[in-house]
Amino acid sequence: METLKPILSQHPFFKDLQPEYLELVTGCASNVRFDADSYMFHEGEEAGHFYLLRTGNVALEIATPDRGPMVIQTLGEGELIGWSWLVPPYTWHFDARVTDLVRAIALDATCLRKKCEADHHLGYELLKRLTVMMEQRLAATRLQLLDVYGTNA
Amino acid sequence: MPEADVVLDTTVESHFIPRPFRVLRTKRETHDVFTLELKPEDGSPLSFRPGQFNMMYVHGIGEVPISISGNPAKPETLVHTVRAVGGVTFAVRSIHRGDILGIRGPYGSVWPIEAAVGSDLVVVAGGIGLAPLRPVIYEALARRQQFGKLILLYGTREPEDIIFEKDLEEWRARFDFHVFVTVDRAIGSWKGHVGVVTGLLPKASFDPANTLAMICGPEVMMRFTAMEFLKLGVDPAQIYFSMERNMKCGIGLCGHCQFGPYFVCREGPVFPYPRLKQLMTVREI
Repeated sequence: METLKPILSQHPFFKDLQPEYLELVTGCASNVRFDADSYMFHEGEEAGHFYLLRTGNVALEIATPDRGPMVIQTLGEGELIGWSWLVPPYTWHFDARVTDLVRAIALDATCLRKKCEADHHLGYELLKRLTVMMEQRLAATRLQLLDVYGTNA
Repeated sequence: MPEADVVLDTTVESHFIPRPFRVLRTKRETHDVFTLELKPEDGSPLSFRPGQFNMMYVHGIGEVPISISGNPAKPETLVHTVRAVGGVTFAVRSIHRGDILGIRGPYGSVWPIEAAVGSDLVVVAGGIGLAPLRPVIYEALARRQQFGKLILLYGTREPEDIIFEKDLEEWRARFDFHVFVTVDRAIGSWKGHVGVVTGLLPKASFDPANTLAMICGPEVMMRFTAMEFLKLGVDPAQIYFSMERNMKCGIGLCGHCQFGPYFVCREGPVFPYPRLKQLMTVREI
């Protein structure tokens, strides 16, 4: 039977992951598609999956009472959406609006957490990869907070 | 060293005397940025090289250094893009068609475009930092076949802060110029990328071993961008910044723009990154 293993192995997030771990991860993966202007998830909903984008673009938004939805980041091909699946209480912090048709691999959070608990080497491997992404996004957020283009920057 | 070091003879009297230029046209780019097209009253074009600046004098108010943002191949019209942030630039904003401004220049070092021949050229601009880079983009497009990939990464605070929209539209329509635009935050109808400009680097496809980078924007943005280039494997000596400091004379005499061992108006504004790397992390410089 054809699996998602070849696709997962080509995604930057799983690049050079040991074959036995890739096998384990593949068991939690499914192919998904989201149409433009739909939402992959909303703030407060259970973070039951995280997503590896294959094509398309997603805007992470936060609703503001006076200015409407504010886009805080856009993500595209090759990028990953979400780490809320890893941190209790496993709920999304933002809305994810699809701006262009998205094809992605969804990874079942409960399935993956169980496998990480059962095999801490797998858990550590995934955490290392997620930490790189989290560090990049934290650095980018700090740069955004500096408001470097402001008049007093 | 590439073209960066331009020697100026400060004994020449004309360096101290502004030439009168008449305003042909003003264009509002954003709420606080505007572009002026100027024509020399004496009819003699002001030739310049990409990266250079002029001292712009508003009669009775004062003088400020402003980068030249026009096409070096069309020196008959001098183009400056100005952000209104202080007394003189607020006065410049009130200038109308037909008014006269004083201009001294051009001064300063230039973007090392010859060093980019045969390489990928990646131009990274933040905010009004696109203005000093536009001349080098014009020149690179005029000599397009001499370069590898030509890439522009442009970041602003919000969509309303994007300048040179018409140019950006034309450049994006070309098949031989890759243009990426991002904003730090967006509301409403913006369909483009949101995130810091450094986040665009991994999306741009270029050969790090054969790339020259030109960066202009706020200093913090330039430092972070240089770090991203280094992470990708670009040689530090192939990274160039355009610096901004409080200039008064524009010709390296008064010392107002001193930055460590350099006068930004004379040795700069364009510097190779290795010259600035240590200085940029020193406080109070």
